[in-house]
Amino acid sequence: MRANPAEYELRAPDTLQEVIALLGKEPETWLPIAGGTDVMVQYAAGKLAARKLVSIGGLRELRKIETTPTEIRIGAGSTYTDIRNHPVIAEELPLLVRAAGCTGGIANQNRGTLGGNIANASPAGDSLPALLAYDAELLLASARGERRVLYRNFHTDYKKSLLAPGELIHTVCISRSFAGYFSYARKVGARDAQAISKVFLAALGRIAAGKITEIRLAVGSVAPIPIRLTQTENALKNQLVDGSLVENCRRALAQEIRPIDDIRSTAKYRTAVLGNLIAEFVNGLAAERASS
Amino acid sequence: MSLRCTPTKQQITLAVNGVRHTILVYPMARLVDVLREQLDLTGTKEGCGEGECGSCSVLLDGVLVNSCLIPVLQANHANIVTIEGLARDEHLHPLQQAFVECGGAQCGICTPGMILAAVQLLEKNPQPTLEEIREGLSGNLCRCTGYVQIFEAVAKAAENRTRREEAKG
Amino acid sequence: MDSWSEQHIVGTSVLRKEGRDKVTGAAHYIDDMRLPGMLYGATVRSKTARGRITGISFDPAMDWKQFVVATAKDIPGHNCISLILDDQPCLADGAINHPEEPIVLLAHPDKYVLAQAVEAVSIEVKPLAAIHSIEESEKKAEIIWGADNVFKSFLIEKGDIDRVWARADFIVEGEYFTGAQEQLYIENNGVVAVFDAATGITVWGSLQCPYYVHKALMKLLGLPEERVRVVQMETGGAFGGKEEYPSMIAGHAAVLAMKSGRPVKIVYDRLEDMVATTKRHPSRTRHRTAVSKDGKILAGEIDFTIDGGAYATLSSVVLSRGTIHAGGPYFWPSVRVRSKAIATNAPPHGAFRGFGAPQSLFAMERHMDRIARVVGISPDEVRRRNFLRPGQTTITEQVIREQIDLPALLEKALADAGYYEKKERFARTNATASIRKGMGIGTILHGAGFTGSGERYLNSLVGIEATADGKVRVLVSSTEFGQGTNTVLCQIAAETLGIPYELVSIAQPDTTVVPNSGPTVASRTAMVIGNLVGSAAVGLLQTLRSAGLPAEKYTAEQFTEACSKHVAQNGVLRSLARYQSPEGIFWDDLKYKGEAYAAYAWAAYVAEVSVDLTTYSARVENFVAAQEIGRVLHPLLAEGQIIGGVAQGIGFALYEKVLWQNGRMVNGQMTNYIVPAASDLPPIHVVFEEIGNLHGAYGAKGIGELPMDAPAPAIINALVNALGVDFNRIPLLPEDIFASLASDSNSQGLATSEVSS
Repeated sequence: MRANPAEYELRAPDTLQEVIALLGKEPETWLPIAGGTDVMVQYAAGKLAARKLVSIGGLRELRKIETTPTEIRIGAGSTYTDIRNHPVIAEELPLLVRAAGCTGGIANQNRGTLGGNIANASPAGDSLPALLAYDAELLLASARGERRVLYRNFHTDYKKSLLAPGELIHTVCISRSFAGYFSYARKVGARDAQAISKVFLAALGRIAAGKITEIRLAVGSVAPIPIRLTQTENALKNQLVDGSLVENCRRALAQEIRPIDDIRSTAKYRTAVLGNLIAEFVNGLAAERASS
Repeated sequence: MSLRCTPTKQQITLAVNGVRHTILVYPMARLVDVLREQLDLTGTKEGCGEGECGSCSVLLDGVLVNSCLIPVLQANHANIVTIEGLARDEHLHPLQQAFVECGGAQCGICTPGMILAAVQLLEKNPQPTLEEIREGLSGNLCRCTGYVQIFEAVAKAAENRTRREEAKG
Repeated sequence: MDSWSEQHIVGTSVLRKEGRDKVTGAAHYIDDMRLPGMLYGATVRSKTARGRITGISFDPAMDWKQFVVATAKDIPGHNCISLILDDQPCLADGAINHPEEPIVLLAHPDKYVLAQAVEAVSIEVKPLAAIHSIEESEKKAEIIWGADNVFKSFLIEKGDIDRVWARADFIVEGEYFTGAQEQLYIENNGVVAVFDAATGITVWGSLQCPYYVHKALMKLLGLPEERVRVVQMETGGAFGGKEEYPSMIAGHAAVLAMKSGRPVKIVYDRLEDMVATTKRHPSRTRHRTAVSKDGKILAGEIDFTIDGGAYATLSSVVLSRGTIHAGGPYFWPSVRVRSKAIATNAPPHGAFRGFGAPQSLFAMERHMDRIARVVGISPDEVRRRNFLRPGQTTITEQVIREQIDLPALLEKALADAGYYEKKERFARTNATASIRKGMGIGTILHGAGFTGSGERYLNSLVGIEATADGKVRVLVSSTEFGQGTNTVLCQIAAETLGIPYELVSIAQPDTTVVPNSGPTVASRTAMVIGNLVGSAAVGLLQTLRSAGLPAEKYTAEQFTEACSKHVAQNGVLRSLARYQSPEGIFWDDLKYKGEAYAAYAWAAYVAEVSVDLTTYSARVENFVAAQEIGRVLHPLLAEGQIIGGVAQGIGFALYEKVLWQNGRMVNGQMTNYIVPAASDLPPIHVVFEEIGNLHGAYGAKGIGELPMDAPAPAIINALVNALGVDFNRIPLLPEDIFASLASDSNSQGLATSEVSS
């Protein structure tokens, strides 16, 4: 433990209102901490720059999961366990449920939050590709009020986002329009469970008469931020699924991404495996349709 | 030298193994350190400090957590169960007994966290399959056993519990 | 001793002696210990791989008066961690030879302030060129140790090697590599030291060998034997990583304790433990083998090199074991083994379960499969044709006297694994499968106990004492760290004394209480020390006979009565037994010839693997571990040892990679040093054969390290079978499998050549 607790302040206001007021009064001073599964690791390593933290882990206002006829609204303080256990999410958002289930072990799933995963903004964040695939919207709250942003615009660069000083992620909103989609989520890590991802594909698709009518490919760990592979999607959209399609899409993929060699893996491996995952998704999509 | 703020210690109250404690703490002290050093409950261990090994697992309000990742202020008003809270006087908890009988503990350092993870698992799922046992304990690393005898211990405890329930009913 | 059928303690799965404490949180590990007035200690380490210290500066923003500061100048005795060559300093004094080398020690009452203080000490170093690989060390462009960078070398020669090449039908060559491996015991290294002017130094710690620490502290602190006390605490895993390293951390705490006059605790966090302490020696093995057309080994040359890091430490002994095991369980009519341990600028490598044998056996087992392929026979058949048979000699010309049947052991393992059926099925289905499967074999031998005259040199002493109320206590310096020392030694004592297991306890290893029964290493505890415990028990019985204990049958009450009577008359009831070298064991230390080990255990392991071509990830799907181990003293513990060892072997093969940058490990966290977790491990089926052992307690052979030898080569052999690509380096990660499949040429070793007769 390489940090001195005597040098840190942590406040735990009882209400969201008080938290927002504090963040508004002293923006860029108070770091929100929810489940702590990222912040506390940095802290213990002596690498946490912030000295003042505000706990949002216990705020009920952030932990609600609500549904309307058109939308599922997941409080940013919802834990991965909350997400896995919610019947509507389990039914309608399989990509998110899969992501929640492969984030660390049970103890970390009990504490880690969706909002925390987004705010930590690691390109390897497990739930982020699912949110991109579902085209989620984020409700951000601050002393100035609330605003909604498209999640696909949220991350602007490595560890940089649209989150303004004094602003909190309040709710993650996902439309309830994915019932008819074929969904695919596969995380590739150094071992079967409890591993940071080397590449993570979350995909949705629809197919009609052998042609791909809709396709969304969202990927983590191949860029400074999680990304939608729009060029590769374009190479696949409205195409007949046949032998040459997958080859074409590999070519588009190679043009589109510039992954890196890092402590976990290599650029060549990531590119090749991602191509394989996309192929597996496309073949699965075609097979699903063929059998239904 | 970094800019120092001068926070003071705060009073918090938490129940550990059914006993209430009111203590003075730095809010960012880690729960694992408060348990081990202030409350002298050294059964909870630290193996990695990064939430990877699960040796520090405790139950917080009935939920399995890694205590090395919890600032103690977030445990204010909480009910914590550590390994010391499982046995009733001389009687071991069925999981503790099963671990001893099935070879689930070798060097013992992962054992407290492993047993608490198993307690949580059996509470949620009294008759888990091998796959479910594997998943329930997936956040607890063991370097000695290769896990087989740990899973056998959990399965045995589950089976014994089912037998006891059936005998009662 | 009783006949096997009459025994009811040895051979059964009695409850682990300290099991209750471990499952209740009552077991006391070193970090659970706190003493009044205790300071915490920490170590300032080098960031450079090699150089000369030109200055040490302390950031004035820190109030250094609050700290105890120690450097090499504060060492009262010799600045070295005494082991074999005594070349490793306790604290660097001028010369830096590896990253993380300890330089300055700090102590402070507040461990959080201490952590920050470590960052506030700057070491100015004039860097020197450093070397970081076996090849660089061999080039000798830089000499970093001794005259030639070589810590130790061995030569084994048997038969007439040079004339055989000409008449070989095949000459098969191969080059094989193994990487460093971190022991990753879940409890980090830690000690507490207290110095008292009257009694001397006391150190409690997480350790395997209290007397190693004792010897090192005597020299470091300039204290006589009776003023050094070392006590082992409950130890949370060791695997060799706490064999020699604790002498270093104990030395640091002791120096601080002596300087400050206060108790000092040093406990590493995970990062420090991973980057600064020992790991398994990386290795390179080259084989060149003359083979007949029916696949029989005629002769060979084996070149075995291990990387010892910056100081000699235990490298000569690791080299010794690796060298003696280099020929595997096969008959070599002629062979030349040249081996060496070389220096690089990395933290010294050290003991890790297997201790050189996993490295050389990996190469041998990979090479056997290569020979099979060249000759055109199956991997199982090439082994059958070359297995040692009773009456034949090993590469050190040790005669195999026991009736070991290796073909039968192999057959048992293969049958258990469904080897033939699965191999044939996979060969058919692999062509069109996205998940390819394969089967692989690893067959090995493992010598238990110290090599050659080592046990005689250790001269182990063991004691048993009994109290007036008939309670018996075993006195050994052999330590428990999960493998079952406490349980097995108490079983043996109870069985031999004819009293219930519950009446026997074992003393906490404390050098003021227990005799020196040698280190807890080399798979020697059950076999050698167990034997001595049995002897001491027999001695105790003889003493008790003169106090009225009946010669044949007696009850526990009668035993207690006799103890009570003896203690009343004589005060103390204690029996000691000292190691006696068995008859007919000859070892030539210069020629490296003769009886290397009192007993070999034998194993045949079979791995079933799959490779997912979507992710290039390899998994072990099923595993069979069959071994002949003399006698199973405790079925549950024995099985637990095998399964745990196989899991580490799987990690060695497929998951555990140390990433180096200029001699420093850069992935020193559990999140990026990957060990297999529960869902990565297959069902592991353990089979035991027992043919006894004349030289082991109740016929037992050592088994602690054996399970580490065969998994990695069996797994890699299976992957070669699955993919048709040659893999000769471990760890083998998905990225490596991908790179091999993607590249045009897929061979990684030296080319094979065939010479037709």
